[in-house]
Amino acid sequence: MTDADERSVRQAEASEPVGVGRRRFLGYVLAASTLTVAAELGEAALAPNEAAAAVPSLPGPAEIYDLNDMLTHATLPTANLITIRVDPDGTASFALPRAEVGQGITTSSAMLIAEELDLPLDRIRITLVDARPELLFNQLTGGSNTTISTFTPIRVAAAVARGRLLKAAASVLGEALQTLTAKAGVITSTVTGKSLTYGELAEKAAAVTTSQEPVTLKDAGDFEVIGTAQRRIDAHEAVTGRKKFAMDLHVPDALPTMVCRPPTINGTVRSVDNLAEVRAMPGITDVVTVSTGVAVRGRTFGQCIDAVRALKVSWGPGSAEGASDATIRDELRRAELPLPSLDLLTKSVDARFTFHFASNSALETNCAIADVREGSAEIWGSLKSPIVAQEQIALKLGLPVSAVKVHVTEGGGSFGRKLFHDAAAEAAEISKAMGKPVKVMWHRTDDFRQGRAHPMATSRVRATYALGNVLTYDQRHTSVATDFGHGLGEIITSEAARLPVGDLTFSETIFALTQQTPYNFGVVTQLLSETDKGFSTGSMRNIYSPNVRCAQELVVDELARRMGKDPYAFRRSFLKEDRARAVLDKVAEVGDWGRSMPAGMAQGIALHPEYHACVAVLAEIDCRPRTTGRKVRDAYTGPRVTKVVCAVDVGLAVNPRGLEAQMMGGIMDGIAITLSSSLHLDNGHFLEGSWDEYFYTRQWNTPPELEILVMPPTTGQPGGAGELGVPATSAAVACAYGRATGTMPTTFPINHDGPLGFEPLPTTPPIPESPTDGLDRAF
Amino acid sequence: MPEHTFILNGERVTVDIEDDVRLLWVLRDVLGVTGPKYGCGLGVCQACTSHINGKAFNPCSVPVKDVGTDDEITTIEGLPATVGKDLHPMQEAWLENDVAQCGYCQPGQIMTAVAKVRQARQEGREINEADLDEIRNVCRCGTYHRIREAIQAGAKKY
Repeated sequence: MTDADERSVRQAEASEPVGVGRRRFLGYVLAASTLTVAAELGEAALAPNEAAAAVPSLPGPAEIYDLNDMLTHATLPTANLITIRVDPDGTASFALPRAEVGQGITTSSAMLIAEELDLPLDRIRITLVDARPELLFNQLTGGSNTTISTFTPIRVAAAVARGRLLKAAASVLGEALQTLTAKAGVITSTVTGKSLTYGELAEKAAAVTTSQEPVTLKDAGDFEVIGTAQRRIDAHEAVTGRKKFAMDLHVPDALPTMVCRPPTINGTVRSVDNLAEVRAMPGITDVVTVSTGVAVRGRTFGQCIDAVRALKVSWGPGSAEGASDATIRDELRRAELPLPSLDLLTKSVDARFTFHFASNSALETNCAIADVREGSAEIWGSLKSPIVAQEQIALKLGLPVSAVKVHVTEGGGSFGRKLFHDAAAEAAEISKAMGKPVKVMWHRTDDFRQGRAHPMATSRVRATYALGNVLTYDQRHTSVATDFGHGLGEIITSEAARLPVGDLTFSETIFALTQQTPYNFGVVTQLLSETDKGFSTGSMRNIYSPNVRCAQELVVDELARRMGKDPYAFRRSFLKEDRARAVLDKVAEVGDWGRSMPAGMAQGIALHPEYHACVAVLAEIDCRPRTTGRKVRDAYTGPRVTKVVCAVDVGLAVNPRGLEAQMMGGIMDGIAITLSSSLHLDNGHFLEGSWDEYFYTRQWNTPPELEILVMPPTTGQPGGAGELGVPATSAAVACAYGRATGTMPTTFPINHDGPLGFEPLPTTPPIPESPTDGLDRAF
Repeated sequence: MPEHTFILNGERVTVDIEDDVRLLWVLRDVLGVTGPKYGCGLGVCQACTSHINGKAFNPCSVPVKDVGTDDEITTIEGLPATVGKDLHPMQEAWLENDVAQCGYCQPGQIMTAVAKVRQARQEGREINEADLDEIRNVCRCGTYHRIREAIQAGAKKY
């Protein structure tokens, strides 16, 4: 008897009590016209992994119970609302209560269904769920949590469906369940050879009443889909231009709409001098003042750009008037929590690192469609906290929550930006004011200057050492406040995060739940303090970790240097976890750690554990003048990362190919935040206004050599993957830069304090005219 | 309102629109062709990259009046037809290398890739690392390495 048959038998008998065995769960068959199933979680499988902390360091809070555990546990009570439907056309449909913004979760979710349902991947349809308040916490996309929190419930639902289909087939064929096998969407009798497709059985397997069904999930050893490299299920649509993002949707009468925004951060409209004149411009239908500026609606976005530029607006002050990098740096210094006093005889490494403002702007700018009517509203947008969006928009419009429909569209990148619903709220406000549907899109320049930013921060570190040991490690991270107003995806926590005290606690909670020190460094403390709420901020891919861990890994290099140890060997000897040591060893071996390089070039090595996963990165950098002096027009070249080797252990990689993609993206982000990309704050506004000014990694900065190694399964449970690559890379690149130049870098990105690499665009009008010389630049 | 006529993905189209409206908005907002994406409207990010008479260009930076009656505009939607197939070999390479993440920039990346390969061949050579370094298209998901691999693989297909 095969294991699959055995499962069917055990499922049919269903005599064992609930909770027996790690793979045994209860699901639901729901009353519906075609087979529809749902899942309930067994709590044992999702219990947080106990960290095996080594002495002498006590485990930090994040090692025992991290942010991801909190997110997972927050979803438990409502996870049984995850449903899969099997249709007569032989496809299975699953509406994912998460936002797909490029991270590949529609593909990995389809793989989980394919595995337990025994249906080919191309017959599984994944859509994104509209905002559903009853899901409470279970509709937040963040903290690298999607696969961790849905890994079991999606499989349980799929297994229930498979069981129902087998039972229906047994009934139709008049055969015993044990004689049937399910494969590739077809159930076949091993006795008579007769077969039925899932499509033929979909209605027969449907139930008239909702009931519980026990199921046993596949053993990891029997996985045929999970753990195999799969291409994205939406790739064909992406490469043919058919993939629909919010601005590609056609909603009747939702005309292009843009906002003329203030010259300083969060400035306000005092008056508009030429409303009538702008209303009469070609293509323009409406001009109204709203809380964020002056909105214009017209036939094309091009005409909206012209109208925005033509508006003569008198502006009130913003929320960061007069602020600049220097004033914020001083403010952060004043807000730094003290480090423990130092015994004068103890040797120590003392350092202060500065991380400048950075932008989490995606390539798709903030955008949303809104159609607000008398008594109802409909919103379309890529939203990672759609329930918060729905509830707050309802509140603002004075409508019951049930009267506001929020559709989650495919997103053109997020990096934390889409945790907030700024464009959706703005679109709702504008639609209400104009009394018409609107398609609101932010201009690129606004997206950098007025969009949310990763807050500027300092990290002060003191590590003491003696006799070959690190005795203490203290880190005081001081940051411009990070807005966590999206809460855990639900309005109650969202509102709590807005309270002055609650907000601080929430930030500190997030910090405590995410920050950890992977080394045995004696007594370790890592604390956060926040200052200045005048900025529009938000989490940028991996929140605090890229800065906190970059600082820590640089101090590790410095400790190693002072103690006369090799950076790799030093890390290896102080690491707490075997999994961390394994990825470190892997990159050292594959990346040929310690190979000789010309002066001005060097290797750097670093690692990062988080969300039940662990990654190591070995980076090689070229800081020789002939490289840093490369000329590319309107660009920053600088030092080039010539090679990256990355080894990643996420416990269980559902889709190794997708995991590699996430690492690749994280590597490009890590290179950017260490070497080149930041926002310069000057007199109350950010200077960067285009991709030739905000120096995110471009092809000329991309490492020509890149190798990503996915480790074999370790824990058997998927860990977080979406953010992991960023801190390890930013740290490895910083360490490599320090070793290549002989000086530990302390300001990030390293080019921030150099001459500004561009001529800033004016702030009035707030957005530049589109060029007209495109044909001259054709190639 | 002025009329503008040009050839879009093999078909002659005529639109009523002011002269100075950039072609990107004529394509997206008037004609409903949404493959070319908006990423900046400044001729910087290259997300709208399409072809005019076979050469890559940014429709966000060209007033519609500058497009002539017989100019052939090809967007990502019309790329497969230029080789008489369901997919251009470069699109196939994109699929084989699983390049896309969010996918927003990828139509522009593919249109640039096809033009870069053609440009190199006009110079009597195949595309190389230095050519790849010149590509200006932004991918905020950071798919750059797979883009490089896909272009080199795609170029071998035709």
